[in-house]
Amino acid sequence: MSMAVDSLAASVRRFSPRLLLSELLLKQWFEPVVPFTVMIGLWAYFALTIPDYASVQNSVSLLRLFAEFGFVALAMGFCLVTGGIDLSVGAIFALCNFAALYFLLVREWPVGLAVPATLLVGALLGSINGFLIGFLKTRPFLTTLVTLIILRASVNLLNTSYAQVFATNSIDSEAWDVIGGGSVLGIPVNAATLFVVLLICHIFLSRSRYGWHLTAIGASRKAARHAGIRVRLMLFMTYVLSGTLCAASGIFYAARQASTDSTTGVGWEFQALTAVVLGGVSLAGGKGTVWRAMIGALIIFLLINGLVRMGIPGYVTSAVTGMILLAAVGIDVKWSKNRGKAIQKIYVNPAFVPLASAPAVQPGAASPYAQNDRLIKAQAIGVDQVEGPEDVILDRQGRLYGSTRDGNVIRFSGPDFKTREVFAHIGGRPLGMQFDRDENLIVAVAGMGVYGVAPDGRIFKVTDETNRTWYKLNDDSRLRMADDLDIAPDGKIYFSDCTTRYEMTTNTLDLLEGRPNGRVVCYDPATKTTRTVINHFYFPNGICVSHDGKSILIASTSLCKVFRHWIDGPNKGKTEVLMDELPGNPDNINRASDGTYWLALVGIRTPTFDLAARKPGFRLRMVKQVPTDEWLAPALNHGCVLKFNEKGEALESWWDPTGISHSTLTSMREHQGYLYLGGLENNRIGRIKLDGVDDSWTGYDAYWGAKSRVTK
Amino acid sequence: MSVQSPSRGVAVPAASSRSGSMFAKPSQEQIVLLITIALLVVFGLTLNGFATVSNLLNLLRSISILGVLGLGMGLIVISRGIDLSEVAIMAGSWAIALIYMQNGMPVFTAVLLALAIAVLIGVVNGVMVAFVEAPALFVTLAAGFVIYGLAFWIAPAWVVYAPKDAPGLMYLGAGRLFGVPVPILVFAACAIAMHLFLSRTSIGRFIYAQGDNPEAARLTGIPLRPLIVLEHVLVALLAWIAGLVWVGTTGSMQMAITQGTMIFDVVLVVVIGGISLIGGRGSVFSVVVGCVLIGTLLNAFTIMDVNSEVQNIIKGVVLLAAIVLDNWLHPRDEETARQGD
Repeated sequence: MSMAVDSLAASVRRFSPRLLLSELLLKQWFEPVVPFTVMIGLWAYFALTIPDYASVQNSVSLLRLFAEFGFVALAMGFCLVTGGIDLSVGAIFALCNFAALYFLLVREWPVGLAVPATLLVGALLGSINGFLIGFLKTRPFLTTLVTLIILRASVNLLNTSYAQVFATNSIDSEAWDVIGGGSVLGIPVNAATLFVVLLICHIFLSRSRYGWHLTAIGASRKAARHAGIRVRLMLFMTYVLSGTLCAASGIFYAARQASTDSTTGVGWEFQALTAVVLGGVSLAGGKGTVWRAMIGALIIFLLINGLVRMGIPGYVTSAVTGMILLAAVGIDVKWSKNRGKAIQKIYVNPAFVPLASAPAVQPGAASPYAQNDRLIKAQAIGVDQVEGPEDVILDRQGRLYGSTRDGNVIRFSGPDFKTREVFAHIGGRPLGMQFDRDENLIVAVAGMGVYGVAPDGRIFKVTDETNRTWYKLNDDSRLRMADDLDIAPDGKIYFSDCTTRYEMTTNTLDLLEGRPNGRVVCYDPATKTTRTVINHFYFPNGICVSHDGKSILIASTSLCKVFRHWIDGPNKGKTEVLMDELPGNPDNINRASDGTYWLALVGIRTPTFDLAARKPGFRLRMVKQVPTDEWLAPALNHGCVLKFNEKGEALESWWDPTGISHSTLTSMREHQGYLYLGGLENNRIGRIKLDGVDDSWTGYDAYWGAKSRVTK
Repeated sequence: MSVQSPSRGVAVPAASSRSGSMFAKPSQEQIVLLITIALLVVFGLTLNGFATVSNLLNLLRSISILGVLGLGMGLIVISRGIDLSEVAIMAGSWAIALIYMQNGMPVFTAVLLALAIAVLIGVVNGVMVAFVEAPALFVTLAAGFVIYGLAFWIAPAWVVYAPKDAPGLMYLGAGRLFGVPVPILVFAACAIAMHLFLSRTSIGRFIYAQGDNPEAARLTGIPLRPLIVLEHVLVALLAWIAGLVWVGTTGSMQMAITQGTMIFDVVLVVVIGGISLIGGRGSVFSVVVGCVLIGTLLNAFTIMDVNSEVQNIIKGVVLLAAIVLDNWLHPRDEETARQGD
């Protein structure tokens, strides 16, 4: 549901391609989208330029050609994930191709024996690499480069010795023909096998303990070793696996081609490397999936196959592949290093903030907002014993609670509140508080959600997530910064979650961004469900249920407005502006004894800051170019508390223009003729005596008890 | 801050720093030197025509190209880098230059063109490694393919011949000075220059510092990125010199060498001589020793008429052994080792 104040124009203005991009880049699934798009584009290009390219027959034959390269690329992918590399894949493939033919033609073994024997040959060849790299700790790149030379020379020697035997004999086996040319459900056998192997490898790499070990070794060999992973053995096994996959590839190639020559698999290691890096398997290790390796492999395969069909000479293909590898390596290195920085750079996207005009606050001005010094002489409670009591509240026994920066709820009791104790350590950053009917203290905790503290100090979770907005890229199901709450007469807890894009520590950025990133959420204890009531709200902060219990008042800190949202009665579900010309940024709202409301202003508007609110470009440059402590802010060195009535008319104001005892006021509670003050940056809780108010009025009794004004 | 004096430098050429522990763990140069002498003796006694002055001069001449390339590779490996495109730079730059000569470009201009191409490739490699921060192995591997493809595009022939009427061009490859083939002298001159550069200039010491600990080198204020570019340019320069000798010796440039295993011979002479892949170790002496060993082996293979594939296998096994030996002599620290090399 959108806010009533939201026009179409505002929505259009709110849309920002930068914002979309920054949130897209944060997504894990976004990276493979780029190579995937390239792959589709390449296919489409060849489909348009080469006749009959997109036909079923051609696709099937392409698949049959691709499958063997796919296995080799998969082998390369595994090695890259562990932070290594296997350049001997092409040579192992060629040697296994030879081995399969040798077993069948020279040894005349049955297919059922030749296939596992060939796989074993691949595993053995891989184990040479694995032994050197894993146990002797040699460098993968050079080691496999040398084994590539040795194996390639061996293949060439073997080929020349057996070329004649291979040329004159043929294999008469049905099983062998199926491996070479059969189909399963219209898909070539080799491609079908590749798909099954891919599935298994995917589950192995992403869901199994050993797959995670491989990734951990690739991400940080040192950390993996410290974590007790058997690095050497795992590396050994990786190269054995690589060799085995190449052997599988060799078997299919042998079955399909039934021949071997000196060019079999030449340059495959280079193509596979290019493919896998292009697909997004990082050279640095620890990052990559089998699917990404396959996307890259398909791109390179389609490219080389297409270039050959278009009659482009091999050296051009070589140059093109080399350039692709250079570009892919460069992008991989730069991207993995700068991804976070890039996102951070474009994440903040200030927008125009539609502020109303600011009222006069000069001392002696005729407005109710005129500055005075009524807070200067506030009596201090617990000086230096509380750190930033964002909210203060009193229970029926007259004990005073403050929610502090260190994750505590501090309780002061006894005469003159001299006794200090930690009532509860919740953690997070406890902010707004309210007592429910059973005198549990319900606390909105930034970074955690909504928690409750029973009178005996036992802490329980109320809620920490709400329904996710389906169309948002950022997962907004977790509560990021529950700020203030109030409890409706029926027990529903309404609370504000002031930002879905930032955290408690960075909420200043949300205020500077000036976008409706917050929301008002409701927890229903009857069904134990949490639902977002108002999505897209400009930094909702204070929440207060009206005296009659039919609506909630919501303070929007960045818009400097107070809204009323009906939760009962004929207007149920509607949101309207209650106060729009506030002199500062409103924070918590609480009920007063005379049927009106208290409102704290955390910051006072200044003409400069108001101008900045209309200049998003200025704020963007400020955030990017100026250190944090030099950022423009509202006047935070004032304290101000307001009183307003049901109609949204401001009645009176209390100021501390020096800001010495109470600046950044965020909360106030009336209790038995006194007003208690809490502030985000204060080192105390203050109180002032109120004149002409009901001295017996307490917040709990006035709401849950006999003095309740809630209309049934 | 002043530059550290050579005697207290971070990496003194191996011979002086290791003499004390010679018996505990002999330096690689010493081992290789002993093996080489042993092989020379064995081959001299068993092979006909091995231990003749002309054959030994021939041996030296045949390794001089490898040696010049090895000096470049040695330099970059000392700095903890590698350049797998060195042979491609040599072949590519000269193939293009020779094609232009055939088409009438003056010899001297064409020689300068080859130099310009080589330096340009060196700069591109260096920038990719230093500024894009891509691993040198991948950059230069890919660069090798790109150079081959582009050079073949411009000069579409596996063998590009030099013009017959250019004696000046041939001198470095085919000439003789006081009875000594000029390629040997070129190798010697390059080796001396490289030795002086590495051991007597501050940039040379910086290269050792970089190879020993790049992070520490950067923190002491060494401009690492320009230094890396310089190293790749020097490699390209040596590739160009090697190409000049090659063209003089064979009267042509063969593009096939970019596809072959020559680059591994270059890595082999460097690694086998004791320039460790972890960087900061070894010296020009290592390259010379490695070259003599490989030259001896190749010469013996030629006399024994060993199949080239078998030669490859033997060289591969020797290189593997050298890598394992290097690893044993200079084990990587598990705690500080970096990924991906």
